[in-house]
Amino acid sequence: MPTPVLVGSGLTKSYGATRALVNGHLEAYAGEVHAIVGENGAGKSTLMNIFSGVVAPDSGTIQLEGTDVTFAGPDAALEHGVGIVHQELSLCPDLSVAENMFLGFVPRGRWGLARFGEMSSTAARMLELFKTDAQPYDRVSDLSIGQQQVVEIARTLVHECKVIIFDEPTSSLTETESEALYGIIADLKARGIAIIFISHRMTEVFELCDRVTVMRDGAWVATRKIDETTPDEIVTMMVGRDLGGLYPPKNSTPGAVAITAEGFSRGRDFVDISFSARYGEILGFAGLVGSGRSEALRAVVGIDPSDAGSLHLDGSPVKTANYADLIARGVGYMSEDRKGDGLFLSMSIEANTIVAILRRLSSGGIIARGRSHDVSRNALTSLRTKMASLTQPVGALSGGNQQKVMLAKWLVTDPRVLILDEPTRGIDIGAKHEIHALLRQLADAGMCVIVISSDLPEVIGLSDRIAVMREGRIVAELSGDDVNEDTIITHSSAPTAA
Amino acid sequence: MSTVIDQRTDKTSALARLAHRARKMNELVVLIVVIVLFTIMSFASPYFLTWENMSTLAIGLAADGIIAVGMTVALASGGFDLSVGAVMGLTAIATAYFAAQGTPMWIAVIGGFFAAAVVGSLNGWLISRVRINPFITTLGTMTITRGLVYVISDGSSIPMYEPPAFLTWLGKGDVLGIPSIFVIFIIVAVVGDFLLRRSAAARQVYYVGSNAKAARLSGINVARVEFTVYVLVALLAAVAGILSLARFGTATPAMGTGAEMRVISAAVIGGASIAGGMGTVLGTVLGVILLNVIQNALVLLNVSVNWQNLIAGSILIVAVAIDTLSRRPRSARGRGRFSRMLASVRTRRD
Repeated sequence: MPTPVLVGSGLTKSYGATRALVNGHLEAYAGEVHAIVGENGAGKSTLMNIFSGVVAPDSGTIQLEGTDVTFAGPDAALEHGVGIVHQELSLCPDLSVAENMFLGFVPRGRWGLARFGEMSSTAARMLELFKTDAQPYDRVSDLSIGQQQVVEIARTLVHECKVIIFDEPTSSLTETESEALYGIIADLKARGIAIIFISHRMTEVFELCDRVTVMRDGAWVATRKIDETTPDEIVTMMVGRDLGGLYPPKNSTPGAVAITAEGFSRGRDFVDISFSARYGEILGFAGLVGSGRSEALRAVVGIDPSDAGSLHLDGSPVKTANYADLIARGVGYMSEDRKGDGLFLSMSIEANTIVAILRRLSSGGIIARGRSHDVSRNALTSLRTKMASLTQPVGALSGGNQQKVMLAKWLVTDPRVLILDEPTRGIDIGAKHEIHALLRQLADAGMCVIVISSDLPEVIGLSDRIAVMREGRIVAELSGDDVNEDTIITHSSAPTAA
Repeated sequence: MSTVIDQRTDKTSALARLAHRARKMNELVVLIVVIVLFTIMSFASPYFLTWENMSTLAIGLAADGIIAVGMTVALASGGFDLSVGAVMGLTAIATAYFAAQGTPMWIAVIGGFFAAAVVGSLNGWLISRVRINPFITTLGTMTITRGLVYVISDGSSIPMYEPPAFLTWLGKGDVLGIPSIFVIFIIVAVVGDFLLRRSAAARQVYYVGSNAKAARLSGINVARVEFTVYVLVALLAAVAGILSLARFGTATPAMGTGAEMRVISAAVIGGASIAGGMGTVLGTVLGVILLNVIQNALVLLNVSVNWQNLIAGSILIVAVAIDTLSRRPRSARGRGRFSRMLASVRTRRD
């Protein structure tokens, strides 16, 4: 049995009264991809933050190649050879690729001047290695997310890291970019680097990784070799309970037509978008990231302008699609980016929940406190949101619970048509399951639900019908037996590479 | 760590308050500092707790206070307004000018308000539609407005020869012994505080300041809210201008100079943040009281006027530093008092 490159044992970390990590344990071997899975709040991020030097543990030990180490900070960890590629990339968008690769460790020559030549040639070599067509002096903000990620990975290699941690790297990548990443990881593996891979996606874990560690409630639960376990077993260990099927059974008796969009277009963002959705059904919008689904639907409800298009609600035309108006008429759109434009992180949970119904809760312009409390509390408890109180700032909640608050905000508007953009992005399996069940319940109760999702199993498992978009157009409407991964992928992918 | 909402803890119980202690701490701290200062000063100077001094203090802080209510709203919306002092001066000069031309007083006053509204609308339009940032915009309008003041007044003061009785009462009279200017300030502050806490329309300001994109996606007309805010701020500055005119009986072109800095300092001390999304009128009022008490103290203690700017600037920096540190999420090595207390505010990455 070879010795592990990185060993962490007995690691703990508390933030005040919150015990984020109770027992962190990990053994990473060279040339192996080791997955870490767990629900939100399981302690994965904290454990990775400890390994990459971002936080110092309260207790426990870390050994690198057999020797005990303590990291004074992230740069110390990098120098020791432990690098991390963050979920939300930590690059400086206005600097060049080369400068980002050498962030914090600019090579100096005489008189302390930076050696740009050296930086540039090393950067070029790295980019070559990953077969990325970015250039050393390109501005990072001009690159695609996939390319930016390569820059961040290259940064760790510049330091000859022996351990590289990937934190949910594919959550914002397209299918092609994810494939490219898997290739890179296989490459790194072949070079003997120990790779730690945090992911919420079982398919990915089982395809890519050699070993998997499950964490729950801040503690290590189990480590298994991939070929000695199954996704179901892993999920059960993660969640601590048997989840049954991941997707609730579907309804097949949709009601009247709720919303019809005809001919929505805007330049090259989306062209001739027309569809209808009925009460009682879940209409899914599938397609690659960047296919224009969010743009099209935002324009349909009037959030963003469009060059052409008409909207009908319950059969009658909507003259001016003013978003605030539509909300009052029972149409809602839940954004895909809860931190960016979905939630008010510094404000309380209650404030976040009532934002779209301020006037409805008021008499004489003054918000009725009692009603506000009741309405929020009911919505949040029906979603089983975990929080300390209504006045807690929403930024303090975990991702899954933040998502629930966003959902609660729309549920209290009493919508008849609800559009959800990536409703389960970046949240754990348990919360995903709850939201899926909820969406099905809402549809069964008569709501017209439209879901945009880039997660194929999700869009297939949830939707009664699926509209597939590609490069700004709806290229297919699938239902029944046509709804499967192959058909969707075929329709989603462009016949020629862009 | 994970409890479904506890029925006992909502509404106004102590536990619920605790979750908001980040903001409450600010107001409480300022209140305590004010009380401490009062206590110290009452021993340090025999003149401090006299009715005359308190009156002077009250009158002195009323104008700034009214403007500060408006500034709180501007800061909460994510912007701020540097032109308030100039608008205050413009209102006073314009009103006095019209009055001097012989127009009836009430028309002159409306004229003054109108002038302020024009500046406020200009600010509102540039910031919400043309989308120039508030700092540059209001810096520009401040300069333009102050220039306009000098143009109208030709550099000299414009006195009011026969101010109507009402105006005199407003400026120099009192209600049951309390200066009327102060009473008006209190009314504006109380109404402002109430509206900002409870009015559906006013609350929108916080959402816009906290996350304008999310506000738009929640159906709030962000541009309209921002525009309204700047008009409102200008109108409140106008009120301060009229009251000052009434108090002194004359309008000077320098009126209101420096008000914007004092008022922003007061608001930040009271808990508002340059980043937007927070701040209460109560906190701002405490900040105004604090700053004015300090100034009053310096005068009573015979400290040279030259020191006042130095001290005022230092207070602002200390206040903002405390504010920033208290909101900072816990770092790897930081175990400071503030960071620990505010663990609940720390954003958890999912």
